[in-house]
Amino acid sequence: MSAPDQDEKLLDIENLTVTFPTRSGDFQAVRGLSFSLGRERLGIVGESGSGKSMTGRAILRLIRPPGRITADRLEYRGRDILAMSEKEMRQIRGQKISMVMQDPKFSLNPVMRIGDQIIEIYRYHTGAGKRAARAKAIEMLEAVSIRDPERVMRAYPHEMSGGMGQRIMIAMMLVTEPEILIADEPTSALDVSVQTQVLRIIDKLVSERGMGLIFISHDLNLVASFCDRVLIMYAGRIVETCDADKLHEATHPYTRGLLGSLPQIDKPARRLQALVRDEAWAETDSVSGHK
Amino acid sequence: MSELVFDHLNVWFGEGADRVDAVKGATFTVPSGASFGLVGESGSGKSTILRALVGLVPTWSGTMKVGGVALGKKRPRSFFRDVQMVFQDPYASLHPRHSVDAVLSETLKLHGFRDIDKRIEKLLDDVGLGPAFRFRYPHQLSGGQRQRVAVARALAPEPSVLLLDEPTSALDVSVQAEVLNLLSDLREERGLTYLMVSHNLAVVSHMCEEIAVMQNGEIVEVMGVDDMRALSPAHPYTRHLLEASMGYKSDEPA
Repeated sequence: MSAPDQDEKLLDIENLTVTFPTRSGDFQAVRGLSFSLGRERLGIVGESGSGKSMTGRAILRLIRPPGRITADRLEYRGRDILAMSEKEMRQIRGQKISMVMQDPKFSLNPVMRIGDQIIEIYRYHTGAGKRAARAKAIEMLEAVSIRDPERVMRAYPHEMSGGMGQRIMIAMMLVTEPEILIADEPTSALDVSVQTQVLRIIDKLVSERGMGLIFISHDLNLVASFCDRVLIMYAGRIVETCDADKLHEATHPYTRGLLGSLPQIDKPARRLQALVRDEAWAETDSVSGHK
Repeated sequence: MSELVFDHLNVWFGEGADRVDAVKGATFTVPSGASFGLVGESGSGKSTILRALVGLVPTWSGTMKVGGVALGKKRPRSFFRDVQMVFQDPYASLHPRHSVDAVLSETLKLHGFRDIDKRIEKLLDDVGLGPAFRFRYPHQLSGGQRQRVAVARALAPEPSVLLLDEPTSALDVSVQAEVLNLLSDLREERGLTYLMVSHNLAVVSHMCEEIAVMQNGEIVEVMGVDDMRALSPAHPYTRHLLEASMGYKSDEPA
């Protein structure tokens, strides 16, 4: 890849809305979100139902009808994602923008050998020969610290532990060397030590290859220590954005409430602070997440 | 009178070449009224200890005592009142077609209570759910509310020991805070004894006075919470777990 331009906008999103019709009227899971992604580690945090996963899916147009995606602008390197045909989308998904989902159990094909799954993706996107694809797959599995990749290539997903499954997913998503990785809670099913390994792999790709990363998580400490920039989402909107290392100085009462409800090893408290919600948070306009 | 004693507890699964020793020689004591934490990675055997205690795993050897009475193959009737368990995933541990009322009244009936109606109201009140929740089904409840129902069910037979298997790992941090506060309050009011399993060291250090660290089925260290807060554990594995739980550091060697 040519020398990555630090300031280049990989993703440019303006007023993104995801709507699902329900019996009691339209429900907006994402409401007017605007942000851009450069060659950086962007964290999105929020509680379940805050719309953070839907944002990731909307970027890849993975919202099924009757769900609708609308946006004033949804661009991948200047190309309008909403205007692309399904065929063009398939060239983007997996090759330019990859997504690692939370649970490997539901993301790997249970009746296909792991090696064949990785080889299929690689050949589809690059047109490489069988032997080259196989070598590449093994190389990728080694890169995610899988011991004995030859054995894993022949194995089926159910033979793998959760941590291995997650690393296989990551290997599979990175084999095409995407420019953007959307990682939806990639480590929440993992033990802390495996989590560190997986993060280190992702970290290396961002710093060495200039990949853009959207890191969706509810683990505030992890996001604060791993990402460059953070968007805090509440009820489908961004309520606050800040530099990740300044997350602990965040000012919005929602962010403060989330931080306060975390138990801390070095600061004992008799009771944890409960989050007191304010209806106004959901009504305030979304904050811009552009840099 | 609800001291828990584990002495050289071994638990295994399978036989012959397939035998897996999930817990090897676990020895520790939880004093009556105390809160004791078990931490470790998945597969370290921490949940297996709880499951062996309640009788969900028949293949064990060694000694387990509840309130000074050693457990045999068959547990006395009183055991099932005194010891109750709250499971990890409230989405899986509540029957989807049983209303809150059905869940609680069945437990109460099985344990021979008569004033079921009054008790259900009291239980819901104790866990911070109003009477309005009584006839709801699990799908009409949020994750935190479901876990409160699971706690109410565990409290129904008036136990003295609660076994908590990752009670908040499926919940958001804000909801986790509410459930942990509820558990702290209940312990204070009723003098319950807690044995809690978690992989989250911050949660365990918040809830427990004493903590055992497990690795590959063995307890590698038992320490007081103050030692853990001071970040001065003796065993390298504990130190590794603590460091990893403090967030990501890019400068660590791979």
